[in-house]
Amino acid sequence: MDLNSLTQDDVADILALLDSLPYDELDLETPRFRLTLRRTPGGWTQAAEVRSAPTALTPASRDADEVSGTGKAAADGGSAQAETASMEHRCRPSSIDAPSMSFERVPGEAGGEAGAREADGELVPVRAPLPGTFYRAPRPGAAPFVEVGSRVDADTVIGIVETMKLMNSVPAGVAGTVAEFCVANAEFAAHGATLLRIRADR
Amino acid sequence: VILRRVLIANRGEIAVRVLRTCQRLGIETVLAVSAADADSVPAQLADKTIAIGSYLNVEGVVAATVAAGADAIHPGYGFLSENPRLARACEAAGVVFIGPSADVLEAAGDKLAARRHAAAAGLPVLPGGLVESREAGVAGETSEAEETGGAGGTGGVIGLAGRLGYPVLVKAAGGGGGRGLRVVRDPGQLGEAVAVASAEALAAFSDPRVYLERYVSPARHVEVQVLGDGENVIHLGDRDCSVQRRYQKLVEEAPAPLLGETLRVGMRAAAVALGLHLKYQGLGTVEFLVDPERSAFWFLEVNARIQVEHPVTEAVTGLDLVEEQIAVAEGRGLRLSQASVRLDGHAIECRINAEDPAAGFRPSPGTVTSAVFPAGPGLRVDTHIQAGSAVPPQYDSLLAKLVAHGADRAQAVNRLRGALDRCEIGGVATTLPLHAALAADEEFAAGGVELGFLEGWLGRETRSVRDHQHA
Repeated sequence: MDLNSLTQDDVADILALLDSLPYDELDLETPRFRLTLRRTPGGWTQAAEVRSAPTALTPASRDADEVSGTGKAAADGGSAQAETASMEHRCRPSSIDAPSMSFERVPGEAGGEAGAREADGELVPVRAPLPGTFYRAPRPGAAPFVEVGSRVDADTVIGIVETMKLMNSVPAGVAGTVAEFCVANAEFAAHGATLLRIRADR
Repeated sequence: VILRRVLIANRGEIAVRVLRTCQRLGIETVLAVSAADADSVPAQLADKTIAIGSYLNVEGVVAATVAAGADAIHPGYGFLSENPRLARACEAAGVVFIGPSADVLEAAGDKLAARRHAAAAGLPVLPGGLVESREAGVAGETSEAEETGGAGGTGGVIGLAGRLGYPVLVKAAGGGGGRGLRVVRDPGQLGEAVAVASAEALAAFSDPRVYLERYVSPARHVEVQVLGDGENVIHLGDRDCSVQRRYQKLVEEAPAPLLGETLRVGMRAAAVALGLHLKYQGLGTVEFLVDPERSAFWFLEVNARIQVEHPVTEAVTGLDLVEEQIAVAEGRGLRLSQASVRLDGHAIECRINAEDPAAGFRPSPGTVTSAVFPAGPGLRVDTHIQAGSAVPPQYDSLLAKLVAHGADRAQAVNRLRGALDRCEIGGVATTLPLHAALAADEEFAAGGVELGFLEGWLGRETRSVRDHQHA
């Protein structure tokens, strides 16, 4: 039991007590946590919920201007604070319950494509197969897989989406010419977000 | 020194795990949190949190520690846990690094250096050698590799592979965690495998060096837990981690089942010998490859940190390994003698990951809608999730570890089966169905499976599901 102020041993003790009693469920609730123990045919189950607000030493970096903690950090931790600020900038919108949602902003998807649509071939979006970080090159400093104007076949790799430490190659899926990028290198892309558009061969 | 306030530079279940011990010992905890983790369960459990941009930024982590007034850093596993730069930066800042010395981290982190140390300490090491950098200079993903062409000849590496004999394993010198690893079965694949492994290694570890090693199959992965104070080194028994998919451990157990006593004693002695040779300080793991048929073992690598699978060792030893780490970091010397370490029963751990085993283990980030875990005798669950928890896409997929301990392996397997039936995680896909099916498998229940077992088993399972659907 690692999810509330009770330890694994505490839960074991409670279960030992419950085992001899005719109850099948214990719902323990305090302002700080809730623990639900249930007797099932196979044995006991536990569901825990912590609900205390974190005590942030810094103002939780909600505001990039206020991220430094005590005086010493501001002097020693220049790079840390800078990084906090940029991270915060990228994650600003959306609820805390679903940080992944805050990355669903896809630059360029909404605007700037009307002109392109009017040209001859059909514009086909290449979408992110998974939510994650989009990389245009196989490694830092290497040439991008493709550039605007690159010729691609259906199986040409146009980039990588890194999700939970796994690198997923993204194929073009269609033959044609790369028309535009909708997600910049090293930006987060939501599941299904348009990474780039390809003017398909006719 | 007595540690009064510790900064935990990690996230997820290991952050909760370290918090627990610190709180039990009366040590105040400050948890470093990224923006995505600011309201996580570990953040709520910590006495205090401090914002950092990234768990990988040495300067940021040290600055946060100083700002928080903490006198030590616990790095957990992964991230900066084995980074000698952090250990040195701690020293410069007058902060205790809860882990081995920077010199040991350097020796262990460079797999080639670790091989040399192991050989010097008298451990058996697999034949192998470094691939010259110009031969590894090609990088890219699959088709990309062909496009950029094979810069530099592969004569040297082909010669080396020929001397070792195929198949050979291409490994990253700066590596770990299965990245930069490739099995090569014939000379035609060697150039590309070296290039891809080197590119992966560069991306993951900022070190493109790769080396070749003889590939042993069938084989098992057995490791020995060691604990040292710089002068004395003891072992805390062994673990078997042969249930792996793509070099990622999924099930671990202690002790390693069906291992001959000579082999077991030899490996434990070898691990201690290496620890003494390194003047090892803190908690570490010496990993071995075992050929059970020939009763032979070879050194693989040293993991200079607490490991994901440490709870199985805690279950059979009754020790709190984080507490022992802290004791050594406080300079108190080993509190245990080898004779005082008693191993009791058998423990098995399942890693419950946010991955969909029915869809090629595709990562499944999202929001957890329900999280119900088993409770009862011999069971332990280490987790950082509850209903409503976010599973962000930018971190690894480990959600929880379920550990079943029994008087013997049969009881542990039985408890594991019952416990898995009572696990229920909603909102994200998990590896729970895989673990349930695996725990029910007779070959797994018999024990002592080798490294190829899971991939073969997955192939059979997929086929059997398909046959069911067509029937």
